[in-house]
Amino acid sequence: MGHAVLDRPAHPPLPSIDPSEPTMTLLIEESASSTQEKAHKARGKVRLREHLMGWLFVGPFGIVFLAMLIAPLGYALYLSLWQKKLIGGTSFVFLGNYVKAFTDPTFLSGVWFVVRFSLVAIPLQILIALAMALIVDAVTSLFTRFSRLMVFLPYAIPTVIGAVMWGFLYSKSFGPLTDIFGLFGAPAPDFFSKNLIFYGLINVVTWQWAGYYMIILYAALQGIDPSLYEAARMDGAGKWQIALRIKIPLIAPALLLILVFSLIGTLQFFNEPQILRYLAAGTIAPGFTPNMYAYQQAFGLANFNYGSAISFALGGIVFVCVYAFLFFTRKRRSFF
Amino acid sequence: MTGSSSAGARRRPQRHLPLQIFLGFLVVYFLVPFWWVIVNSSKDAPGLFGGSNTLWFADQVDYFGNIQRLFTYDGGIYGRWILNSTLYAFAGGIGATILAVMAGYGFAKYRFAGRRFSFSILLGALMVPATALVIPTFMMFSGLGLTNTIWAVILPSLLNPFGVYLMHVYARDAVPDEILDAARVDGAGELRTFLQVAFPLMRPAVVTVLLLSAVASWNNYFLPLAMLSDNRLFPVTVGLGLWQGIASANNSGSTSLWSLIILGALVSVIPLVIAFFTLQRHWRGGLSVGGLR
Repeated sequence: MGHAVLDRPAHPPLPSIDPSEPTMTLLIEESASSTQEKAHKARGKVRLREHLMGWLFVGPFGIVFLAMLIAPLGYALYLSLWQKKLIGGTSFVFLGNYVKAFTDPTFLSGVWFVVRFSLVAIPLQILIALAMALIVDAVTSLFTRFSRLMVFLPYAIPTVIGAVMWGFLYSKSFGPLTDIFGLFGAPAPDFFSKNLIFYGLINVVTWQWAGYYMIILYAALQGIDPSLYEAARMDGAGKWQIALRIKIPLIAPALLLILVFSLIGTLQFFNEPQILRYLAAGTIAPGFTPNMYAYQQAFGLANFNYGSAISFALGGIVFVCVYAFLFFTRKRRSFF
Repeated sequence: MTGSSSAGARRRPQRHLPLQIFLGFLVVYFLVPFWWVIVNSSKDAPGLFGGSNTLWFADQVDYFGNIQRLFTYDGGIYGRWILNSTLYAFAGGIGATILAVMAGYGFAKYRFAGRRFSFSILLGALMVPATALVIPTFMMFSGLGLTNTIWAVILPSLLNPFGVYLMHVYARDAVPDEILDAARVDGAGELRTFLQVAFPLMRPAVVTVLLLSAVASWNNYFLPLAMLSDNRLFPVTVGLGLWQGIASANNSGSTSLWSLIILGALVSVIPLVIAFFTLQRHWRGGLSVGGLR
């Protein structure tokens, strides 16, 4: 730290970032589908080799993909269509488990919780990450360089350990909250209570992820061609205008990426509430989030069919939410 | 204007005191849990529960005693958990990275039949929640007799669709076709072209994918929690979760376990923090790829 070298990302500038300076490779890539295809037809036999080599490179991953993703998904779908009863054995119920799930108050309240949680946690995380990234990008000092690393630190911490750490801080017996609020003569808030657990969890998640999102946004900001700022300054734009009108629009793809990933992650919320459950006895029920409910059904009650149906229904909800989100932002093309 | 001269323009020293103070508050917020853990892992059980000063050291600082207790408790099970985590992180991380680098390069540089179709399936898979796969994978593995073995944790962590996507984007932009063609003209086979020409150019992204998948394996909780029942196979995340459950369940009898959990949390974090700091020049370059386009 402190060396000027470390301040810059160690990679060559990526061709696709800057539309005003297209490099040779980019030009070739863009017209690849037409010209390369023709060139290949002319070469004849070479094409067969290309098919073969392509599959040789992609094949090993393809096998893992089939075995660890497609097969479990298919199996989950299959399992979710059956029901095991104490009397009468296993019977085919088609969508029966899904009808049960979507009328099950525990599942529905879990879904409602993660949706509400996403609506608060994601904008909060991204706002903090964006503010930090803009500051670290605009102000170059030893302190901002230090902050960049420190803020990122929680990402290196397993979410479980993060939850354990915050569990200590919230704790009445050895957390600092009693002392701190005691200074002002106020009672310490109990983040394990029914009213505050929502905010307690929001805080853990924000602490865990904001730094990671900040690094992604910061990397995107560093990719912007600084001559754009120069041009804007000549036109009389101030610092705030440059940030709002140039920087934020140009990193929109990165913002969208982290929005999508945080949405996928938050809807599957499991680790933090599962860990804090031990400390917040009674506040966090086993069916607190859909994933916890699926876990309880499968491993607590050995009800694998219903557990699979819940997992699958949750996967479906995530899929629909993400697609709806991408549809409304109309950025599908630029993301993929 | 070229890139090299414009880089200097941004380096102009700028001091925005209010912004830096705001940033300072955020840094304190992000560091408080670490500080608490560092301070309190030096205390023994009475110091932990009886001491009033929770954000400062107690009278006697006893790191060594606590470390000794941590690594000898229950037959040294904690050390085993750390070794397990290391094994899972290395095996899963390296395996997933090799697969992702090859597949990303294949998608970027070969126009083979079915490429478009399989790539769009891959993009769809980015949105499949990983935890949705845990229960069915468990059922599959239990049919094969693989549950409660190390393979139950390693095999699923070989899957990293995002790594493939990242490598694809990077290989497409950073490895020019002309260089590959030149190598082929010079008589290098496809494999040699990949290993000696393309691979060095892809290195920043390779380090990023390796680090991200190793961290994902190290951090994994749901999968090992579901798959493993023998606590000698647990990774450190599941192990500490277990201890916390025990310590919370009988509050009075297991106060000594709390100080082990606190120190255990601290020790388990150190390898990752070191990895991130020492490798930061490499992964920062690669991280920018996924977000840009």
